[in-house]
Amino acid sequence: MSYDTLEALDHDTREAIDIDRTRGDFTFPERNKFDAGRGLTSATVDYISNVKNDPDWVRAFRHKALQVFLEKPMPTNWATKDLENIDFDVIRYYLSDGEKPKRSWDEVPADVLETFERLGIPQQERAFLAGVEAQFDSEAAYSNVKEELSKQGVIFVNSAEGLKEHEEIFRPWFGKVIPTGDNKFSALNSAVFSGGSFIYIPKGLKLKQPLQAYFRINSENFGQFERTLIIADEGSEVMYMEGCTAPKFETATLHSAVVELVALKGAKIQYVTVQNWSSNVFNLVTKRGIAMEDAEVRWIDCNIGSRLTMKYPGVIMKGRRARGEVISIALANNGQHQDTGAKMIHAADDTTSNVVSKSISVGEGRSTYRGQVLIPKHLKGCKNNTECDALLINSKSRTDTYPAITVKGNRHATQHEASVSQVSEEMLFYMQQRGIDEGHAMSLAVNGFINDLVREFPMEYSVELKRLIDLEMEGSVG
Amino acid sequence: MILSTIPTWFAARQFSARERYESLPMPKRGDEMWRFSNLKQLAFDEGTASSATIDPLDLLARSAGPEKSAAKLVFHRDELIHSEANLPAGVICMPLAQAIIEHSGLIEAHFMKQETRLGSAKYAALHEASVRNGVFVFVPDGIEVEGTIEVHHWNSGTAGLFPHTLIVTGRHAKVCVVDHFASADEEAGVVIALNDLAAGEGSKLDYIALQELNELSRMIQINQTKVARDASTIGFTLNTGAAWARNESLSRLEGPGGRSDMLSVSLPDHQQEYDQRTFQHHVAPGATSDLLFKNVLYGHSRTIFSGLIFVDEGAHHTDAYQTCRNLLKTDTCEANSMPGLEINADQVKCSHGSTTSQISDDEIFYLRARGIDPANARRLIARGFCIEAIQRLNHPELESFIIDRLERKFSRIAVTS
Repeated sequence: MSYDTLEALDHDTREAIDIDRTRGDFTFPERNKFDAGRGLTSATVDYISNVKNDPDWVRAFRHKALQVFLEKPMPTNWATKDLENIDFDVIRYYLSDGEKPKRSWDEVPADVLETFERLGIPQQERAFLAGVEAQFDSEAAYSNVKEELSKQGVIFVNSAEGLKEHEEIFRPWFGKVIPTGDNKFSALNSAVFSGGSFIYIPKGLKLKQPLQAYFRINSENFGQFERTLIIADEGSEVMYMEGCTAPKFETATLHSAVVELVALKGAKIQYVTVQNWSSNVFNLVTKRGIAMEDAEVRWIDCNIGSRLTMKYPGVIMKGRRARGEVISIALANNGQHQDTGAKMIHAADDTTSNVVSKSISVGEGRSTYRGQVLIPKHLKGCKNNTECDALLINSKSRTDTYPAITVKGNRHATQHEASVSQVSEEMLFYMQQRGIDEGHAMSLAVNGFINDLVREFPMEYSVELKRLIDLEMEGSVG
Repeated sequence: MILSTIPTWFAARQFSARERYESLPMPKRGDEMWRFSNLKQLAFDEGTASSATIDPLDLLARSAGPEKSAAKLVFHRDELIHSEANLPAGVICMPLAQAIIEHSGLIEAHFMKQETRLGSAKYAALHEASVRNGVFVFVPDGIEVEGTIEVHHWNSGTAGLFPHTLIVTGRHAKVCVVDHFASADEEAGVVIALNDLAAGEGSKLDYIALQELNELSRMIQINQTKVARDASTIGFTLNTGAAWARNESLSRLEGPGGRSDMLSVSLPDHQQEYDQRTFQHHVAPGATSDLLFKNVLYGHSRTIFSGLIFVDEGAHHTDAYQTCRNLLKTDTCEANSMPGLEINADQVKCSHGSTTSQISDDEIFYLRARGIDPANARRLIARGFCIEAIQRLNHPELESFIIDRLERKFSRIAVTS
């Protein structure tokens, strides 16, 4: 049986798994004081450096990165040819109203405030967050962290402030976890980065509430290139959450972030993303963490939006007993390609990594898992577990899995498993027997498929996630 | 081959293959099909004949096969040195050079019809341009061949050898062919072999390749299997020899009810490298493919497994499985696994798994507690690990023959390490 033959079901299914992107689909007129114009040259880089009043080392860093970006080929030898549709000459690389980020929502310009009000950010901050940074195009409009945390030494500022005010902590790690030349898009980000967070958690401090960043694209043809660096000092713990939306423009928009995490001895960083870009956004981000002795880095990732996402969060386990984890949910609908995965580099003894990835392909959507696990020579006691499961809803849906596992030496254990399936007819029949119509049965089944991973997301974020997936699916069951 | 008797179509194919070989680029770093590969192994030069004296009678004596053979052909560098057969009427089993002349039409219909999509298009072209001999087996509709057809290819010297195996089965026919590749001397040989398997409707076609070249030799072995409706094929490869061997196996499931079993056991030691790439191509709905590759790595050896299950749009009700298991015996060996899936249809059951591990201390302890010394215990476990793939042949006589070849390698490893 192919579901295409059952149009009613198809419609229901579509409705069941389609998610509400209308909430992010609005825009305000631009009123940018600073606009780097279209296209990317060394003049663009200088313009950004001038506006941001960069120190000389940052300016030099940007120019070097631009060269690397121009020299590096597109990775189309392994990645999708859709990358060739990005026109770097029409993208606008820097837009801002020239205002400093505000510490209070009252000072934020009315339209920006309304943007974030409509996205629910201030309410969430009051409800459960320790700090918030809200970025509007290139720069943060609002940035605040609870006062008692600042007193304890927590730093939560945007990257520009981080590199100027906290150079002694910022600079030694900046560009070290992800070098400029890591890939073409990390080089692009290094050349034109603006915004993003710099976070420092002092020794032994365990944040009870998460920090949040929200990234908003407001302008057409805009490229957002935020840069985030999180340093968790020895024994500290932090959870960081990011969300993002953009209005639905006619033309393509580029988002290319670089996120570097540093978990020092015994520290724990959890980085949660709910990516819900509109379906015209190329989302090409590089995310990697480094975990020292007994430290843990967890990436919890949910990709629902964008036209093409290429994102492979990585962990370099540099100290003994370090732990890396990637938990990932992807949903690819018509016109979408979710190319996600994980990269686990074991660089010390007794390190463990775990990757669990679930993807759902709907309509003509395509989801791809790409993974790399490397256990080099002369280590012992390294373990990796990788599981990827894919669910195909329609006959034109597509899913791919491309893992690569390299193990050197006989003192390790790795296992990889992947499966592809569809919602079984028995399952649907069972539910129909009990009076649930086929469309709702389908949405229940889809919901069940990802439910164990949804539970991995922090309670607080289920506000967002539940709205995006759970409620949409269960709501239709009624 | 005598030039005047070669059919013109074949001469033309060889001529254009030569041009294709020369125009295709060398694999380079960054090519996905050659990821993790040792590209230095691809430098092939002219080579020379062996400096050793090779005695055909000696080679014949060393050409051992399973007990019950239906036919036996022994070649030394493409030259037939022995042939015997006891086959049902209508079955064709002869050197390819002879078949090209006597059965030109049949060969033309089946010879290298599939594209090479696993990276070695250039070397498949070199094979096509250079092939001089091999074996052609044709089993007509409804004929079942009892026993195995065994073929021995002895290589010597350093010049390239390009043996070709073409097997065609008619409706509900049955045949099992064993190709054995070995070195007659201790020189660094180069063998680029290709086997073309076309299984007709409802037929059973089993093909076993035993690679036991000396540890200086290099080999590229390309397999192309076509499985028609309700046909069932087995492709099995044993790698114990060669310094470097690349296997490319492609199974194309063209009809509902078709089944392809892809099996391999590899036992590399010292600096040996095995680079295996597989492709399970589900063109038609309702077919099954099942892959099981087992590697036991010793010394400084290295293996690469890259597999892809590819389900075409519309190939619903596909069952496809892929498993690669690596047993690492030393701290200096390296296993790379890239199990992949590309699924373009729903209503499919596909899965893959890959594991890499060592023998656990508990298992050794269990056997030691029963009076088995640790060295033997390890060997027993490694043997058991390999046998799972061999038993899938479901052919006891052949299984014990292959296990015997495996034991030979194990005893060499025991002596040297």
